Amino acid sequence: MRLINQIPSRPSAIMLATIPFFLLLIAYVVGSEIRLAANPQDKLLPALNTIGSTAQRLFFEPDRRSNEILLWKDTFASLIRLSMGVGISALISLILGMVIGLLPIARSSLSSFVSILSMVPPLALLPILFIIFGLGELSKVVLIIIGITPFMTRDLSQRVLDIPTEQLIKAQTIGASSLVIALRVALPQILPRLIANVRLSLGSAWLFLIAAEAVASNVGLGYRIFLVRRYLAMDVILTYVIWITVLAFAVDWVLKTISRKAFPWMEAGL
Amino acid sequence: MSFVEVEDIWQAYGDRSIIERVNVTFDEGEFISIVGASGCGKSTFLRLLLAQERPTRGKITIDGGAPAVEPNQERGVVFQKYSVFPHLSVRENIIAGTGFATRFGYLTGSARRKAREAADEMLERIGLNHVADQYPASLSGGMQQRLAIGQAMAAKPRVLLLDEPFGALDPGTRLQMHDFLLELRDETNMTVFMVTHDLDEGFKLGNRVLVFDKPRWDPHDPGLYGATITYDFDASTNGIPFQDILDRYPSLAEQTQLAAE
Repeated sequence: MRLINQIPSRPSAIMLATIPFFLLLIAYVVGSEIRLAANPQDKLLPALNTIGSTAQRLFFEPDRRSNEILLWKDTFASLIRLSMGVGISALISLILGMVIGLLPIARSSLSSFVSILSMVPPLALLPILFIIFGLGELSKVVLIIIGITPFMTRDLSQRVLDIPTEQLIKAQTIGASSLVIALRVALPQILPRLIANVRLSLGSAWLFLIAAEAVASNVGLGYRIFLVRRYLAMDVILTYVIWITVLAFAVDWVLKTISRKAFPWMEAGL
Repeated sequence: MSFVEVEDIWQAYGDRSIIERVNVTFDEGEFISIVGASGCGKSTFLRLLLAQERPTRGKITIDGGAPAVEPNQERGVVFQKYSVFPHLSVRENIIAGTGFATRFGYLTGSARRKAREAADEMLERIGLNHVADQYPASLSGGMQQRLAIGQAMAAKPRVLLLDEPFGALDPGTRLQMHDFLLELRDETNMTVFMVTHDLDEGFKLGNRVLVFDKPRWDPHDPGLYGATITYDFDASTNGIPFQDILDRYPSLAEQTQLAAE
């Protein structure tokens, strides 16, 4: 039987899925053992139980000075920035994408502008943002918006253009105005794509958020990681990295579930 | 005064003429089949009727009105595919036939109730009431085309345009769709234009068959001349002409008797 036709059964598929995680874990444990055996004070690859106890301390024990649990405070601050940035980007790109996709006039004037704009490296603009918007929340949110809006807009406008002409003609023959075509033909078919888009752009959004927090902030997940870097506190950094990964995974899963529940017509053909 | 008047239509894209010198009139309630080889302008002609394109020269009027500049409610259309909205349920698709003409595309209150009843009636008629709450993607090709026709009819167009509506269906489903369309034609007396590849289908369904072809051909510049209507058949009696000539001209009956003797 050809390799391309060999499909794993459900149990073996689950096992195959766990193998890379397992291998990574083993590699880490072995490396950590070797280094700790050579030098028990080594901070580079802390043992798993060290990370475990650090995680417990970070999640449940309040900071001695401020009497607050810093991890939750960081998480809250970062998630607020992230959701504001991504939410505003989604809204802007939805409106722009629909306008560019549906109206030839807007397409002529905006589409090349947006594609040029998406070539500007957002992190290069970070100093400008700090100068204009100060070091507060605004500059971090704006960085996320500048970073992900142009390519979301490009993708969404392309999706609107991909709607078959037949549908648009049909809508016109049953009396739909431009507004009705936008609201009832284009918008509902573009919304699932918007969610998919948000899922894809969340990776970049996290990148921009952590970069902005690392440069100038006093609270936030990225800020904390770069702060404890000075003390070589790998156990804290690793806990935060794992926590950010879990958060990103959870947000992605929620969006995927929403998409599946809200747009049953997408799967009607399957 | 004819219902649909086509006056000296020319259509060219750049230097390439697609159709030329088309002059034809249609009466209300006619079922016109349009046949011809690929690339001979029959779909272009349909797009002109639909007002999806404006002709380079000439004009098309319906019931003496002004020539349309964009598709409107006077013209219903069913394409080979993509004619229904995939994100609306079957019933919502029919309701859209009336609902989309409102300001924001939604019907409310009693108007919505009435549209719903009308939609259920239409679904009954096109035989889709058992799948009213499903989405189009879960229907077969034939059912989707029936839905597309129902949706177009719900908007009550003056003329119905069909662009190879059964092109993507299997032969059995095709025959069923023929029966469905013939019934619909008898019930509604709607003016229908149908583009088809299939001559049999054209003669079976239409009571008039137009053939598009290029009568002039320049071997040095094939794009110079466009196609035009080369034949205009009366297909009302299964496509065999003069079947009812004795009914129309009873005086001929005596002569045929004499000739027989």
